[in-house]
Amino acid sequence: MNKGIVHLRINGEEREIAIAPNRLLLDALREDLGLTGSKRGCDDSSCGCCAVLINGVPMLSCVALAASYENCDITTVEGLGGPSDLDPVQEGYAEMGGAQCGYCTPGFMIATKALLDRNPNPTMEEIREALSGNLCRCTGYMQIYESVKYALEKRRAISAAAASGVRAPVVR
Amino acid sequence: MADRAQTNGFSIIGKPLAMADAVSKVTGIGKYADDLSVPGMLIGKILHSPYPHARIRSIDTSRAEALNGVKAVATGQDAPNPYGILPIGHDERVFAVDKARYIGDNVAAVAATTAEIAEQALDLLRVDYERLPAWFDPEESMKAESDWIHEERAHNIEKEYHHVFGDPDQGFAQADFVAEERYYAGEVNHAAMEPHSTLAIWEPHERLTVHSSTQVPFYLHRTIAEVCEMPMSQIRVIKPLIGSGFGGKSEIIPLEIAACVLAKKSRKPVKITYTREEVFLAHRGRPITIVYLKVGITRAGKIAAVQARVVQDGGAYCGYGPVTVLYSGALLGAIYDIANVRYDGFRVLTNKPACGAMRGHGTVNVRFAFESILDQLSHQAGLDPLEVRRRNLLKAPCITANSLRVTSYGLPECIEKVFERSNWKGKKGKLPYGKGIGVACSHYVSGAANPIVRSNMPHTTVYIKIDRDSAVTVYTGASEIGQGSDTMQIQIAAEVLGVCTERIKLVGADTELTPVDLGSYSSRVTFMAGNACLNAAKDMRDQLFAAVAKKLGCSPSDLVAKNDRVSHVSDPAKSVSFDEAVAIALEFHGALVGRGTYAPPEAARGGKFRGAGVGPSPAYSYSAQVAEVTVDPETGHLHVDKVVAAHDCGKALNPLTVEGQIEGSVYMGFGQALQEDMIWKDGRLMNPSLLEYRIPGTKENPDIESIIVESVDPEGPFGAKEAGEGSLAATIPAIANAVYDAVGVRINSVPITPEKILEALRAKEKALATSKPPPEKSSAPGMAR
Repeated sequence: MNKGIVHLRINGEEREIAIAPNRLLLDALREDLGLTGSKRGCDDSSCGCCAVLINGVPMLSCVALAASYENCDITTVEGLGGPSDLDPVQEGYAEMGGAQCGYCTPGFMIATKALLDRNPNPTMEEIREALSGNLCRCTGYMQIYESVKYALEKRRAISAAAASGVRAPVVR
Repeated sequence: MADRAQTNGFSIIGKPLAMADAVSKVTGIGKYADDLSVPGMLIGKILHSPYPHARIRSIDTSRAEALNGVKAVATGQDAPNPYGILPIGHDERVFAVDKARYIGDNVAAVAATTAEIAEQALDLLRVDYERLPAWFDPEESMKAESDWIHEERAHNIEKEYHHVFGDPDQGFAQADFVAEERYYAGEVNHAAMEPHSTLAIWEPHERLTVHSSTQVPFYLHRTIAEVCEMPMSQIRVIKPLIGSGFGGKSEIIPLEIAACVLAKKSRKPVKITYTREEVFLAHRGRPITIVYLKVGITRAGKIAAVQARVVQDGGAYCGYGPVTVLYSGALLGAIYDIANVRYDGFRVLTNKPACGAMRGHGTVNVRFAFESILDQLSHQAGLDPLEVRRRNLLKAPCITANSLRVTSYGLPECIEKVFERSNWKGKKGKLPYGKGIGVACSHYVSGAANPIVRSNMPHTTVYIKIDRDSAVTVYTGASEIGQGSDTMQIQIAAEVLGVCTERIKLVGADTELTPVDLGSYSSRVTFMAGNACLNAAKDMRDQLFAAVAKKLGCSPSDLVAKNDRVSHVSDPAKSVSFDEAVAIALEFHGALVGRGTYAPPEAARGGKFRGAGVGPSPAYSYSAQVAEVTVDPETGHLHVDKVVAAHDCGKALNPLTVEGQIEGSVYMGFGQALQEDMIWKDGRLMNPSLLEYRIPGTKENPDIESIIVESVDPEGPFGAKEAGEGSLAATIPAIANAVYDAVGVRINSVPITPEKILEALRAKEKALATSKPPPEKSSAPGMAR
């Protein structure tokens, strides 16, 4: 299949790649752009390891054609934050045991980020619902819930601090 | 939510620390095997057999080889040396030489410049098969008179073991209540989120570097050498980040060798990554297990005798099979004080993917049977099942009937904790119809006391290096697979050397850089690598103290290392910073390397009978769990409302990761109890995907309350024992027993599906209609306590 030039906006950067029209977004990320943080865990869009945000909505990049997402804002785990400026969601998964082997973690964090962006005060039921498209084989999910709660509280603390004009305190 | 243990005066041990590699995981920076690529890398693909049992008459590779972009095609003739994880089970070849033994067996492989070309090349391979009669049911397979799967394994029996301890016949004669049941457990897969992946790089000077998703890099190292006929010194195996294993990466998986064979043949780097379907076909999961169990108890609730016949469906190759069936026997009764046990274990070959080690190796399905029948007998005897467990406890230290040495035994405390936290007294026998509560216990080894390949060498070695930058580097062969073993060793080194964890760097599991560790299996790493790391850190501390004591004019025994300082215990004037201590020590010793090893003591290595090598461990973990369920008698729908799980891990070096292990174990037990089952039709796996083989998600998973119990083992590092596997086995029978409490039927087959519950309820109704009705819900009248 002939390749064409595709422009993607990933983690706030414009990227240009030459890909076939049937190139999956996950393969474009991992193989053409070197963004290996998004993972492949299944053959049938059942595990959620490859989830990325497309215009703020969590989508499975393993069943998305890369060329269909020109002019969209694509956020991968690499775009959530780096080692020195972790997003509260990343901090939560690191601190509270939400990441054991870490393989499902990017997908879970993407789903968590999307949840907290649209619903800053989710109930336990809403958290379970929002994460139900992702599978984790390590944690039994309890520490993932703790991670989400950590992120939620950290974000609250940040917005409270921003409202009162002082620097964000450290949660723990 | 969890009950966290106290730190007891330690600086770092016992603290709930984030994992050392957590930041690299949450940023996507950390690399797993499939994330790796090198210039000129080829992609490898494997051709799998479409038939369950077929002689391979010929393979025509010419059309595939002629395809543009194909750089190597390999078949059985390219690497005919047999291998296997056990020295007694070298029955696998990377590609079938004579015949294919299951649907999915490896027949050939290609390496090409792109994945698409490699797949096209697979289509161009022509294999001439001669189909043979195949065996799918283990109990049928063991009656086979012909067409044996491996000619040298008569009647398709891989191994059988027959053990008698005490006098079971006399024990049954003394029993007041005897129950005899058949239990069945379906086959389950590890379903680690990371599919297996291997990158094999052909290097200058005829060397091979292999990055692989493995729990056992040092066994892989040895096996590559055997199959590729290369000296081990020419091969380097590196374990990158691993997307968990649960045993599925604890033996040599065909793609690992296939990538090496293709790399050697093409003289290029070759990467193979399994699809999820291939993960299921490579398998090595928990076998279908049939347990015929007979147990007798006295009126007082004392277990008088146990008799078990266990048949395991091992699939087409040996793998860990003999070990699995031996664990089933060794850990069947050893959790309680039982004098009389008869065990007959059969590992049977069938034309299906090979089974192997999976979390709770060999112990899970027999525990389901045993804890279920104990519940049944308790009700028969009119006793509270939790109280019956209290009445059969060991008194540690002791030696069990089958020669296992028990050094610490937190089971009594585990039972009391779940008794309290679950409000057992308030609920057992008092819940309305459809609601139930059940209890069960389990135990597991903290590593095998006898290595797979018998030798007197250490099971693990750790080096610690300090140089002029004052960084402390731990070189360990132990395989971090997501369980937190790197963090555990960093904590131990930091505690002993009295430094902050940030100062410790860790180099892990690289056959060129690190000393040998046998691998991440049988829950051995905390106990064994932990002890080796402890010994290495003490060796390093002794060297630091010797030099600093001379400088300060005191005795080394006067010194303590704490808060990044080395100080006199009572004279605050005599104190140097850690950096100063390192400089003093480098001037004194020249080089600073701490060395530590661990091998289990002779006393832990078990009895002398045939098969006694499997089961002995330097220490055992213990768990007790209470499950609460809701059963809808109209639909058979089962919901697990809560599991309270207490686990004796000796000492929680890191409570955060210990809780994660307990909860993950309960989760996996829950999956097997309710929904995970590999469905077979004529040797074909009907659900080889995560869509159809449903591991529990957030919607299904029960609420789990984990409780850490610390029995402080006398030989564990800071008293620690295993935490990663032992809890799993209790979950399944706790749920099964809760189902009985809820609706009065016993489901002796897992997974416990709505269909099975409904069928049992209907059978019960029918029996009630045709006979005098017994009490419709058995709740124990004579509740103790």
